[in-house]
Amino acid sequence: MARKWGVSMNTTICAISTAMGVGAISIIRCSGPKAISIVNSIFKGKNLEEVPSHTINYGYIFYNGEIIDEVLVSVMKAPKTFTTEDIVEINSHGGPAITNRILEILLLSGCTLADPGEFTKRAFLNGRIDLTQAEAVQDLVTSESEKSRKMAINQLTGSLSNQIISIRKEILNVQANIEVNIDYPEYEEGEKYTKETLLPKIEKINIMLTDLLNNAKNGKMIKSGINVALLGKPNVGKSSILNSFLEEEKAIVTPIAGTTRDVVEGRFILDGIILNIIDTAGIRKTDDVVEKIGVERSIKASEDADLIIYVVSSEDLLTSEDEEILKSLKGKNVILFVNKNDISDKKLSTDFVSDDYIIYGNTVTFEGLDNLKDKIRKMFNLSEIESSNYTFLSNARQLSLIKSANVKIENIINTIGDLPLDVFTIDLREAYELLGEIIGETYKEDLIDELFSKFCLGK
Amino acid sequence: MNFDIIVVGGGHAGCEASHAAAKMGFNVALISANKKNIADMPCNPSIGGTAKGIVVREIDALGGLMGKVADKSLIQIKMLNNAKGPAVRSLRAQADKITYPKEMLKELESINNLTIIEAMVEDLIVDGKNIKGVKLANGEVINCKALILTTGTYLKSKILVGDTSKEEGPHGEKRSNHLSDSLRDLGFEIQRLKTGTPQRLDKSSIDFSVLKEENGDDCYWTFSFDNGPFYDKDKQEKCFIVYTNEETHRIIRENLTKSAMYGGYAEGIGPRYCPSIEDKVVRFADKERHQLFLEPESLYYDDIYLQGFSTSMPEDVQERMVHSLKGLENAKILKYAYAIEYDAINPLQLTPSLETKVINNLFTAGQINGTSGYEEAAGQGLIAGINAGLKLQGKDPLILKRNESYIGVLIDDLVTKGTKEPYRLLTSRAEYRLLLRHDNADLRLREYGFNCGLISEEQYQKLNNKIKSIEEVESYLKNNRVTFKTLPEDYLAKLNITLTNGVSIFEFMKRPEVTLEDLLKYNIIDFKNISDEVWEQVIFDIKYEGYIKKEQEEADKLIKMEGKQIPDDIDYDKVKNLASEARQKLKLVKPLTLAQASRISGVNPVDISVLAIYLKKEYNKND
Repeated sequence: MARKWGVSMNTTICAISTAMGVGAISIIRCSGPKAISIVNSIFKGKNLEEVPSHTINYGYIFYNGEIIDEVLVSVMKAPKTFTTEDIVEINSHGGPAITNRILEILLLSGCTLADPGEFTKRAFLNGRIDLTQAEAVQDLVTSESEKSRKMAINQLTGSLSNQIISIRKEILNVQANIEVNIDYPEYEEGEKYTKETLLPKIEKINIMLTDLLNNAKNGKMIKSGINVALLGKPNVGKSSILNSFLEEEKAIVTPIAGTTRDVVEGRFILDGIILNIIDTAGIRKTDDVVEKIGVERSIKASEDADLIIYVVSSEDLLTSEDEEILKSLKGKNVILFVNKNDISDKKLSTDFVSDDYIIYGNTVTFEGLDNLKDKIRKMFNLSEIESSNYTFLSNARQLSLIKSANVKIENIINTIGDLPLDVFTIDLREAYELLGEIIGETYKEDLIDELFSKFCLGK
Repeated sequence: MNFDIIVVGGGHAGCEASHAAAKMGFNVALISANKKNIADMPCNPSIGGTAKGIVVREIDALGGLMGKVADKSLIQIKMLNNAKGPAVRSLRAQADKITYPKEMLKELESINNLTIIEAMVEDLIVDGKNIKGVKLANGEVINCKALILTTGTYLKSKILVGDTSKEEGPHGEKRSNHLSDSLRDLGFEIQRLKTGTPQRLDKSSIDFSVLKEENGDDCYWTFSFDNGPFYDKDKQEKCFIVYTNEETHRIIRENLTKSAMYGGYAEGIGPRYCPSIEDKVVRFADKERHQLFLEPESLYYDDIYLQGFSTSMPEDVQERMVHSLKGLENAKILKYAYAIEYDAINPLQLTPSLETKVINNLFTAGQINGTSGYEEAAGQGLIAGINAGLKLQGKDPLILKRNESYIGVLIDDLVTKGTKEPYRLLTSRAEYRLLLRHDNADLRLREYGFNCGLISEEQYQKLNNKIKSIEEVESYLKNNRVTFKTLPEDYLAKLNITLTNGVSIFEFMKRPEVTLEDLLKYNIIDFKNISDEVWEQVIFDIKYEGYIKKEQEEADKLIKMEGKQIPDDIDYDKVKNLASEARQKLKLVKPLTLAQASRISGVNPVDISVLAIYLKKEYNKND
C-alpha cells in the first residue's frame, strides 16, 4: 500500500542524521509538508508554526505530558532548504536512548521513517541538486537500501520473526473469516462473527502484540542497558554499593554522557547486560544542606530508572519518610538493600517491597552483593534473554511499526460495540501490513489465497 | 461495409461496448453469430452479488445498460451484507434468463447508429500495427477504425462431460476456430482457461417441501439510479437450499477418475473460487456436507439451476449424484453440468484503457481477458467501448482508479498482475472499499459518464442537486450546536446521557444512540424535502468520518502517484541499478504510471525510487 511507495513525496519523513553513539549532540531531521506542525505538536516553547524561517528555537520535547529532552529546534521553511521542503531539525543533547525516543515519538506523531538516502533523493527530485549528480544519487539509494535490506535480514533471527509470523497468521485467520462472510454471505462457510465472538480473538492478538512489545523492551535493554538509580538517605552506603560494583567488575568509572538525560556515574555488565548507574547527585547535594531527602526529587530521579536500589541502614530501618518515598515508587522495580548488618540484625517488612526483594548485607565486607545481583537477574529475567533474539526489535522503526499495529488492534477493541464488521477489517489489514513491513512481506494475495485454500465456495 | 467501431461478440461485454460507443455518436456494428444469444446468460441466472452488485451500480452511474436491464428482468432481489456495514453492501438479483436478453436487445435495437450483424468473424484485418477491420466466415470484409473483441468463451471452446468432449460453445453454438490463432500470429500470448456450469433440473420433479426457502428482501431495491422498481416485492420467486451428504461424496470419490478434470481430459486452468463439486469433495475431505442452491432460471420455462454442483462427471454419474440429494431423489436433469475450456489472451498485453499493446485501436473485454462473470465482463465492455470512442476522438482514455471504482480495481489487477485463472472480483481485492460503496457509485462516477456523453444533461443535473443537498445539510449540522439546555427533556431522558458541553449536531450524531428519526421527531433539526439518498450519504459521512478520512488520505497518496506518468518510449535497459526481476517485469507490463509500477509483484520500493530518479533526469528536466 501507499506506505511502501518510496517516491510518495507528500509524506513527512524523519531520521537521525548524526552518527549514533556517544556524541554530545544528536540531530533528528524532519522534512515534508507536515514537518513543522508535527514537531510543533511535541514541542514546548515558541509556536514553531509562527516563528520566522531559518531560526533556532529553544524549548523541550514533551510527549504524553512528560518532558523528554531539552532541545534546540531549527526551523527552515520551503523552498530554501536542502530538500526544498519544510525542514525541522531537533538538536538533542541526549544519548542514543533519548535520540531514539524522540525519533519514536515523531514516528508516532505522523512522520514516516526516511528510507536510506531519501533526503538526498528528495533534494534531487525537487530540483535542488544538479542533474549531473543524478547517477550518484541513484547509486547511493540503491547501495544504501541494499545494505539496510541485508542488515534487516541478518537481524531477523528465528524466534522473533516467528513471533511476528504467528501474530500475522492469527490476524489473517480472523480476517479471512470476516472476509469470507462478506464475499460469500450466502454460504455457511467460516465462522460467523458477532461482536461477542470476535472480541476474544482480537484480545488474543492484542496479548501477542503486547508480548512482542515486552520483548522489544528487552531488546532495548540489551542495546541501551538497564538504568539503575541508587536512592536513600545520606551515609547509608549508596556510594559504597556503587564503588564495590564498579571495583569488582572493573567497569568505567568516569562520568560519561549516557543513555538518559542523567549523567551515568558508572557502568558495569551483568550477564551481558549493561547496568547504567544513574547519578543522583542532585539529591545528595540537597542532602548536604538539609538532612532530608525530598520526596519529589526522588521521584524525579527514579523517572528514568528501570531499577531502583533503595538503601537504608540497619540502625534506622525504615523512617516514615522512607516509607513515603517507597510508596511513591509503586509500580517500579525496587530492591531494598539493608546495609550495615554488623550493627543490627533486625528484619523489616514493608507494604511496598516484597520480602523477597529485601536484602541484608554489608558494603564493607561485600556481603549481600551477590544476592543483590541474583535479585537483579531474577527481576529482569536475564537468564532468559538471549541477546541474539532481540537485537532486531531494538530499532525505533520496528518498534514503531509494532506499536502502530498494536494501536490498530486496540482501536478495534475500543470501538467493537459501535461499528459494523467492515470497519474492523481496515484496522486488521493495517495491523497485518505494519507487521509485514518488519519481515518484508506484503498483504494482498495472502488473503485471497487464504480465502480459497480454507473455505469451500463457488458454483 | 464501413463502420467507425466494430464489436465482435454480443455477450455482456459486447452489449455495453457497442451501446457506449454508439451513444458517443459513432457508427457501430455489433457482430454476433446468433442474435438470439445477445446478452445470453449461459451460467447462473443472477446479476450482482458481493462486489459484482457494486459493479452493476458503477456501470449504471457511468451510463451503461446492465443495471437498467437487470431492474426490468429481476424476479428476486436482496441486499447482501446489510448488517455487516455500508462498505460491503451489495445487491444480488435473480434475473429472468428470457427477459434479460430480450430487454437488452430492445435497448440496443433502439439506437439508430448501432447495427447488429449476424455473422461469424473469421479473421482480423491488420495493416502493420493498426486494426483495419474483420473478415467474416462468408468472406465478406467489414472495415473499421477501432475494433473491440468480446468473444467470451467462444475461442476454440471445448465442452467437457466426463471423457467426452465437443468442440463447441455454450448451447451447442459454433466455436471460433481461427481467431485465437490469428491473435497468436499477431503476437498475443494465448492461454487456456476453464470454467464450468452445473445441472438444470425440471422444476416439477423437485420436492420443495423438504427444502429451506431463501426469499428476496421485503422491500424495494433498484440497481439503476434512474428508475424505480418494476417488481412486486410480495411476488418474488423463491430460491432453495440443498445439501450434499455422505452418499453424494461417496459417489463422487468412487468415480473421480471419470471426471474430465481429474481424469486428465482437460488442460485449462479453472478458477479457485468456482471449484467443481469433485474439487470441493477432494480438497475439503473433512466437510460433512456442502451447501447448494436451487435458483429459478425464468418465469417462462421450468429449468432450475443447481448452484454449487458444477462438475465434469459423465452423465450417468451426474444422475446418481443429483438423486442422492435430499429433495432431488426424483429430479429430472434437463441439462447436464459441463466444463468448458477456451482460449484467452494474457491481459498483461493490455493497457489500462483495455487497448492492446500489440495492435493499435484493438480493444478487448470480458472473458477473452481472463475474467469470469457477467458483471466483470460488462464493466470492461463499457470501458473498452468508451475508450475506443475517446481514442477516435483523439482524447485521453478513461482510466478509473482503484480508489474510485471496483471496475478500476478489476482492470488494474488484470493489466498489472495478469491472471492465470478466470478472475473474479471480490471485495477483498479492493483496498479502499469504504470509499467504493453501493450507495455512492453515482457520486464517484457519474461525472465521467457525463463527460463521455453517456449521461444526459438531466441526469447530470439530478446528481448535482444531490451533491448540493448533501453539502447544505452537512454544513448546517456542522454549524449548529446542541446543548443540554436546547435538547428537549423527554429526549434527554430517553437517551439517558449527560451533555456537559455543547457540540455540533454533526458531532452529536456520531453517538450510536442518536438517530435521525429521533432528531426529526423531537424537532431538534428541521429539514424538509431531503431525500433518503441524501440522508444516507450524510449519516455515513457522520458515523464513519474518521475512517473515511484515513482511507481518503491513503487514496490521496495514490492519486499523487498516479499522476507520475511513465513515457511509453522508456528504455528500461537504460535505467541503471534496477533489480533484474524488476526490469523484466517493467518491460513486460509497461506501466503507465509510477503507482501502477509499484503494484507489480517483484518491483520493490527501491526500484521505484531508482525509476523516479531516472524519469526526473531524462524527462522532466525543467520541472
